Amino acid sequence: MSSEWPLWEVFIRGQHGLNHRHVGSLHAPDAELAIKHARDVYTRRNEGVSIWVVKSNDISASSPSDKGPLFEPSNSKVYRHPTFFEIPEEVGHM
Amino acid sequence: MAALADTAAGRAALLEFLLRTGDNTLILGHRVSEWCGHSPVLEEDIALANTALDLIGQTQLWLGLAGEVEGQGRTADNLAYLRDAAEFRNVLLVERPNGDFGQTLMRQFLFDAWHFELLKALQGSTDPRVAEIAAKAIKEVSYHLERSADLVVRLGDGTAESHRRMQNALDELWSYTGELFVGDDADEALADAGVAPSPASLKPAWDAAVARVLGEATLAIPSSGYVHKGGKRGVHTEHLGYILAEMQFLQRAYPGATW
Repeated sequence: MSSEWPLWEVFIRGQHGLNHRHVGSLHAPDAELAIKHARDVYTRRNEGVSIWVVKSNDISASSPSDKGPLFEPSNSKVYRHPTFFEIPEEVGHM
Repeated sequence: MAALADTAAGRAALLEFLLRTGDNTLILGHRVSEWCGHSPVLEEDIALANTALDLIGQTQLWLGLAGEVEGQGRTADNLAYLRDAAEFRNVLLVERPNGDFGQTLMRQFLFDAWHFELLKALQGSTDPRVAEIAAKAIKEVSYHLERSADLVVRLGDGTAESHRRMQNALDELWSYTGELFVGDDADEALADAGVAPSPASLKPAWDAAVARVLGEATLAIPSSGYVHKGGKRGVHTEHLGYILAEMQFLQRAYPGATW
């Protein structure tokens, strides 16, 4: 039966002020039941205050084989980090 | 509450009510826990286990208070594991066999709809201990009801096969719902003291909620008015014996065992 249900990715916000984080996935026939299932499967130990679910199929992902062209060029660009500024004495500890 | 607990008859009525409430959650919790590892899908398996654990947690509170009111040093564990079938006060509905998944869900829905109305009324109990337990439990039961009602609608108004199974479940369980609303002297004493609502007073709201959900589920409410009863006064079906044999085995075979 579960093979007929689509897969959903579950995101839970742990506390006010923190972002939703991906916690896992589950099967459900629709969004409403996916949230109920997420409540039962992923918030049993008081983990969450908010749940997002999204169909796994609706997520577009970068391809692992593109890793080189996508990410390697930024390896050698240290000047993109804000570490080359002199902080004036009066500013003190930041 | 003071008035009720001051007399031996009042205490006996309160004890009776606490055993009935705690035994309902205990036996249904045990029944639902039987699904653990056997549900059609993992997600439903965990959801049912959560429901069972909620009910058993509520049992600890109700039977814990029952032991206190009785005043003979019995704990919730003693009451759960060391009483015989005739001393149990749960309604017959909760000891019905699990059957298929549809039967389990229908039993859950019919019970949840009643449980919710009961707890809603108990929040205003003149006995603060009863009101506090009800306030804690109703949060869990609101979710139980939302979940079971949703699934009854989905399966009732689902495929031809799921509709057939849900209608069978309703036909098989319907005559066990009447007992929820039958009162006796103990119920009357509690209602007079404002400790608990009279069972009959819960019926209109239950009828309305059940009719709405079953209507949406395209299920036909059986016309039979026959009422199976007896559980509330300790007259049970054979099924309770099997439940107790499994549930109580360890404490009976190894008295006082802990782990």
